[in-house]
Amino acid sequence: MEKKILDVRGLSCPQPVYETKKAIEHPSFDVLEVLVDTKTALENIKRLLDSRKDIQYTVEEREDYKVTLSKLMG
Amino acid sequence: MEFMKKHYKIILCGVFIGIIATLLQKLGNPANMGICVACFERDIAGALGFHRIPTVQYIRPEILAFVLGSFFSSLTFKEFKPRGGSLPLVRFFLGFFAMLGALVFLGCPWRALLRLAGGDGNAIIGIVGLIIGIFIGVQFIKHGYTLGRNYPAYKFAGLFMPLLMVGLLLLLLIKPVISTGVPFFSLKGPGSQHAPIIISFSAAFLIGIFAQRTRFCTMGSIRDIIILKDFHLASGVVSLLIFAFLGNLMLGQFHPGFVNQPIAHTNHLWNFLGMVLSGLAYALAGGCPGRQLFLSGEGDIDAGVFVIGMIVGAGFAHNFATAASPSGIAPWSPFAVIVGLLFCIATGLFMRKNIA
Repeated sequence: MEKKILDVRGLSCPQPVYETKKAIEHPSFDVLEVLVDTKTALENIKRLLDSRKDIQYTVEEREDYKVTLSKLMG
Repeated sequence: MEFMKKHYKIILCGVFIGIIATLLQKLGNPANMGICVACFERDIAGALGFHRIPTVQYIRPEILAFVLGSFFSSLTFKEFKPRGGSLPLVRFFLGFFAMLGALVFLGCPWRALLRLAGGDGNAIIGIVGLIIGIFIGVQFIKHGYTLGRNYPAYKFAGLFMPLLMVGLLLLLLIKPVISTGVPFFSLKGPGSQHAPIIISFSAAFLIGIFAQRTRFCTMGSIRDIIILKDFHLASGVVSLLIFAFLGNLMLGQFHPGFVNQPIAHTNHLWNFLGMVLSGLAYALAGGCPGRQLFLSGEGDIDAGVFVIGMIVGAGFAHNFATAASPSGIAPWSPFAVIVGLLFCIATGLFMRKNIA
């Protein structure tokens, strides 16, 4: 199954939580990865998800992007 | 009980603001105006000479302390995050017109609650207008309204608003003598009525910390009920109202009625429409005037632009006779509100896209 990504970084209130709400209420919703950049938006989204008995989630703290590179050998 | 456990922080924040506001009033701030973000920014505009109404000029330490308290809190809790670039000019004008609406009703949402808590019935009409304005804003949001994303900015840029507030604090404390007469400080009227600086500043600094932690927002409280059926922020706002009411009862500051209420008028139509305009502008900007101050303290440069828009709007409103007074609305109040509503509706209609 394909994991959808929802990027709500940099959006004003209430768009991060509202877009998440729209996404989980969409008929095709299955698995979703939401990219969030403020604690406030994260709290709002967690409050939404906590109010739903039918959804489980985990939160992973990490940088927005991670690029790994190295010098070519020989 | 479950509800209390989930929301006790925001409830305590509302209780704290409600009590502090009534106490500040007892200690010298204007009646039913313990704290009013719009009025106090207007007083700052006056002190800086952006308007010349002699009765509403004072560098209100509460505004400075809100930003600095939030700045301190965001640094302490590692949430200071300079960011900006989400259509700042639009945000400037949302702040500008929000202020024009607020100065027709005579108050921001905080003061609307404090006026109600002091018995001013006209506040009910204003609050209904506020709700309608936010409801209209939510319709735009539901149909794709967005000002787009902000992006991480330089640390230094995030310091501008806190530094501006430090500068204003120095002006207030030093009161330099400048040949033009600025900074102006009212000798009579609401601008001359204020609690001791140290008390205003310290109390508001604590509010800044609590509000930054809890994301206290009056506009958000109504918006979240409409759009998410979420009563989290509302629990804080209702607590503010209840405890300001109880505080006023205990301090003998509760005087129910419509007529002769302090710094208020009884023009229901324009009280209502002024607050519709403000509510809509706050909803489109993503936060009430207080919240914009707290956001600007934690590095949100766009929120800072909204605040500057409000201060400029205050100067404009008094210079161009659009600001109401206790004797009623001004000749150009209706014009200002109508232009503001047209601006906000056009913004809501023309700034839509699919972001996700």
